[in-house]
Amino acid sequence: MDIESAKLIGAGLAAIGVIGAGVGVGSVWSSLIAAVGRNPAAKPNVELYAWIGFAVTEAIALYALVISLLILFK
Amino acid sequence: MERKAAVANPIEQFEIKPLIDIDVGGYNLAFTNSSLMMVAAVVLATAFLTLSVSSRSLIPGRLQSLSELMYEFISGLLRENVGSKGRAYFPFIFTLFVFVLLGNVMGLFPYAFTFTSHVIVTFGLAAVVFIGVTVIGFAKHGLGYFRMFLPHGVPVFIAPVLVPVEMISYLSRPVSLSVRLFANMTAGHIMLTVLGGFVISLGGMYVVPGVVPLAFMTAVTVLEIGIAMLQAYVFTALSCIYLHDAIHMH
Repeated sequence: MDIESAKLIGAGLAAIGVIGAGVGVGSVWSSLIAAVGRNPAAKPNVELYAWIGFAVTEAIALYALVISLLILFK
Repeated sequence: MERKAAVANPIEQFEIKPLIDIDVGGYNLAFTNSSLMMVAAVVLATAFLTLSVSSRSLIPGRLQSLSELMYEFISGLLRENVGSKGRAYFPFIFTLFVFVLLGNVMGLFPYAFTFTSHVIVTFGLAAVVFIGVTVIGFAKHGLGYFRMFLPHGVPVFIAPVLVPVEMISYLSRPVSLSVRLFANMTAGHIMLTVLGGFVISLGGMYVVPGVVPLAFMTAVTVLEIGIAMLQAYVFTALSCIYLHDAIHMH
């Protein structure tokens, strides 16, 4: 197997890691919706944490993406 | 027709191009497109913040309101996370927020360069935050700052496991802070370039098929504007949280 094909396969495999972000972000928003559903008055308290949680979880997916891009373009 | 130029290379947009070559004793200190965008961000921020409050009216007009909103936003963030002791760090946190925000948002304009899409820039900012927070921690608590790695009320026998884990997690803070910002910006811009390539290749001959990727690209641009502002906020919020950890231990 030559290096180019190995790179492509490696990049593809590395990109599988973004699955974690899908699960994580879905979990964050589902908790937000459940919390706001039970107690609509609490929305301003939890909303900010939902955004921070989303960004931090998304970051992990982007680490996987960075590794995939590194493999592909280095 | 040049078919090669139809699909743009997505990595090319992150290339640093020197605009004015300055060579000092063997070190390449060229003024690059990245430096130009940083200077533009600083000039824009300074101009906006000073000129909008120049009227100093008690009841603010629209522009002054914007400045005051930004001030209140960061001030509220600091007060919430660090408490009253955080006021001393307000200029730093505000500068950090405005710099990262402008860096992210200005890169969305056509032909502009996103200087926060380079890990060396974001790592520089994150390293300043990390080293600053560590120094503040040691200055306030002396050697007691090492208690960070073994919180109170934790049974001593798990210390050999807990302390290395806590240390690694502490040392990974600047890495996570910088990579989160740079990866978000890079991924967003690469996606925009690839979609743009699709618009050209699909719509080049017959215009109509190019409308679908164009609509998607519009949606992604809106998302990118949101992400640009969110990532600036998250960078600042996390810096405030680390500052809180340093000033009031856990």
